[in-house]
Amino acid sequence: METDLAFDDDDVYSFAYLDEMTKRMIRRAILKAVAVPGYQVPFGSREMPLPPGWGTGGLQVTASLLGRDDRLKVIDQGADDTTNAVSIRRFFAEVSGVATTERTGEATIIQTRHRIPERALTEDQIIVFQQPQPEPLRRFITEEAVARKIHAFARYGVMYVRLYEDISRLGHIAMSSDYPVVVNGRYLASPSPIPKFDNPKLHRSRALALFGAGRERRIHAIPPFTEVKSLDFADYPFTVQRFEACCSACGAQDSYLDEILLDDGGRRAFVCSDTAYCAERRGERTES
Amino acid sequence: MKPRAREILRVERLSKTFGRVPACSTVSFSLRQGEVLGIVGESGSGKSTLLRCLAGRIQPDEGKVLVASDDHVVDIWAMDEASREQFLPTTASLIHQNPRDGLRLDISAGGNIAEPLMAAGGRHYGSLRATALEWLEKVDIEGWRIDDLPEIFSGGMQQRLQIARGLATHPRLVLMDEPTGGLDVSVQAKLLDLLRGLVRELGIAVVVVTHDIGVARLLADRLMVMQRGRVIEEGLTDQVLDDPHHPYTQLLVSSVLQV
Amino acid sequence: MITSIKGGEAAIAASHRLLAKRRRGNPAIVDLSVDQIREQLSLAVDRVMSEGSLYDPGLAALAIKQAEGDLTEAIYLLRAFRTTLTRFGHAKPVDTSAMVVRRRIATTHKDVPGGQLLGPTYDYTHRILDVALMGEAGSDDLSDLDGEGAEKNEGRNRDCMLDAAACALTRDCGVLARAEIVENARPDEEGKVADITRDPVVFPSRRDQRLQSLARGDEGFLMGLCYSTMRGYGRSHPFIAELRYGDVTVVLSIPELDISVGIGAIRLTECQTVHLTTRDGSLPPRYTRGYGLVFGHGERKAISMAMLDRALRSAELGETVAYPAQDDEFVLSHSDSVAASGLVQHLKLPHYVDFQAELQLLGQMRADYAERHADPGLKPVAGLAPIMEAQGGD
Repeated sequence: METDLAFDDDDVYSFAYLDEMTKRMIRRAILKAVAVPGYQVPFGSREMPLPPGWGTGGLQVTASLLGRDDRLKVIDQGADDTTNAVSIRRFFAEVSGVATTERTGEATIIQTRHRIPERALTEDQIIVFQQPQPEPLRRFITEEAVARKIHAFARYGVMYVRLYEDISRLGHIAMSSDYPVVVNGRYLASPSPIPKFDNPKLHRSRALALFGAGRERRIHAIPPFTEVKSLDFADYPFTVQRFEACCSACGAQDSYLDEILLDDGGRRAFVCSDTAYCAERRGERTES
Repeated sequence: MKPRAREILRVERLSKTFGRVPACSTVSFSLRQGEVLGIVGESGSGKSTLLRCLAGRIQPDEGKVLVASDDHVVDIWAMDEASREQFLPTTASLIHQNPRDGLRLDISAGGNIAEPLMAAGGRHYGSLRATALEWLEKVDIEGWRIDDLPEIFSGGMQQRLQIARGLATHPRLVLMDEPTGGLDVSVQAKLLDLLRGLVRELGIAVVVVTHDIGVARLLADRLMVMQRGRVIEEGLTDQVLDDPHHPYTQLLVSSVLQV
Repeated sequence: MITSIKGGEAAIAASHRLLAKRRRGNPAIVDLSVDQIREQLSLAVDRVMSEGSLYDPGLAALAIKQAEGDLTEAIYLLRAFRTTLTRFGHAKPVDTSAMVVRRRIATTHKDVPGGQLLGPTYDYTHRILDVALMGEAGSDDLSDLDGEGAEKNEGRNRDCMLDAAACALTRDCGVLARAEIVENARPDEEGKVADITRDPVVFPSRRDQRLQSLARGDEGFLMGLCYSTMRGYGRSHPFIAELRYGDVTVVLSIPELDISVGIGAIRLTECQTVHLTTRDGSLPPRYTRGYGLVFGHGERKAISMAMLDRALRSAELGETVAYPAQDDEFVLSHSDSVAASGLVQHLKLPHYVDFQAELQLLGQMRADYAERHADPGLKPVAGLAPIMEAQGGD
């Protein structure tokens, strides 16, 4: 545990920006979220120096978890070098002084927006998701009280209606990201806007997954080794995206790819969205 | 008190007051499988409040609503909300007067029928779709309309779709609130025919609330006449309508005959 | 004795002097010049120009000074001035493909033709008060960002005023260039563009009328509505295909001489959104567009405008219209800050004539109620009796 006193007296801000009481409040919410997997725990979200919607939920969760020995990795769209990832990593480097890394294997805490790293996470790691909308029912039910009852009674027919309608109108389930899951056979939850490609990585993951929604003031969690089932029908099973191309930088065939537009004439290339994975693969290739 | 084997619903001394106005006063009755009970009365007589108490929508001040489940009898207002919400949707269906209250207009006809099935655990698209088609056929909606939005349906079709949605889960008990209200006369007649056929075919227990004596005569086996929250007369439909005892019932019956 | 308050000519004059005094603030502090506002509060100036529907940074700065920084009031000042101007011609549609781009981002791809140009943005600043700005004039040397040949910024984050690649952007770049999956940006069928400042909008509205209304609509209102669509009140699956900010030339055609002349450059923010659309009748699933364009640098407003443009096309695209943001009458009728501010603040005007009328009505209704409910507890309330009695009383 960090205290204000442990940090330089000269500094205006506490270690990892938030004051200790706030961090304690967030940790309590996290503990509750871990105890009730998939349940959205309300918490007293604070204003942060980054705007709501840009990852303040993830930011607060990470701030409440960080200790001096942690090693933080921050990605956005899978990449360490995107502006938002750089900005958040710099923020934590400034306000906590913890070590940062781009290597997935070296990180103890990974804060992410829209991706899960390709490299399997371990028991020693926590992945913190930035989540704009924690309520998977919000697309059909705008009233919070109604949505809460649906969760309480676990009557998720309305969510399956979406799947039914997609199949009858379009021939398949037309959700490609933020694909809802049932956690531990009980709560319907949003995995945050990761591509559904990443959903299977949540199932019985060795790492603890925490989802922070700052603007909506909710935290939910998927504890290690928890069952995570993506919604589907018996005769229309859940499937993930497949790419016809492989990464043009490292040749990976198993990773999620970014499309790079080379010109307006339609020339494009594909590269790994997980830049650290791509770099490690390329490193291995050149070493061998 | 335990209802007999085929008793589906038993109401005991049910009362509900809004402010100073008693909507239902010590109403008691029972209903068996395959039986249709009509509740008639003017608007304001308390019949819709009674129906909502039975459907789990309005909590009565006093009294019991006992409903048969597979192997026992439950008092729906003695259960906690979660258990009631688990129990009721698969046991009882409420058919609203205005189909817009009972349908989702922005999802397809098939989706409307499939939703309660999915809420009850249906997870096979093919069989959901087959059930939806089967029910559309039962309520005289052509199969090719399965993917249409009910928004573009006529009032009569919307009402038939609501009935399909309400019956597809095979509830033991169906509660209908003025099911033909708001429809024109020829459409009403057709819908009544359909309802009569379905009730007979499925052998469900039905409570139908109506201010229309004609509807009551066509659908109901037994009648309960309500005035100012009280049941003032009840008996077999023919008996009540052909030989009304209470002056108010006489008035109701004579007013319909004049038309 | 009761005296009624008479026309406050003196009061009004005194009020204006009090305003002037407050506007000046502490006279020991140096007076704020209009030039300073124009140069150093440029985003406020941009907003006032945008919602004031008049591109004139100097006048907008003056309006801000005169209104003590109340932007809604400043917008009103500018609008009121605008109506006095003679319309001597129509500019051609500005060609944003020829924009000299200062900032340009596309979110659908990591990299796009022409590159991502971060430019000046608060997006990746940390919102931590910079006490250094408390001091006297900043000493930061920013000259490296000026002028020709002096570009030292690396990578894509250069100020790209002179960047040839940036100037070569086409109108539809990146995902928008993919005509097979994105609807065409088609001109209005009739070819005639409405002018909402001359002809009132009649509902149902046309898209050109909506875009014009949104362009001058209140930023806060539009942003709130846009936010509501993102929280489930009319979801429209948005991506910002492109957001650009920079300078374009205004070209005026002079029919008498049959020529077109460039009359100057204005600074604009343009936002194009794409939205996955699957409900639209016979057409295959595809991306449809939303469009936003505002004077100066106003990304929040441009994005809100594009999102609402698309939300207001819901009916056209076969979607259920169920939420405020999809209802053109609701949005357009309430988005103008001049109109809204006027009516909201008119509540400060005296209303004693209609209030007296309502008091009498209330007295009547309470008397009736007491009679109907035989409620002895409901005594006639002093002041609610008919007016004749009050005059005859003590």
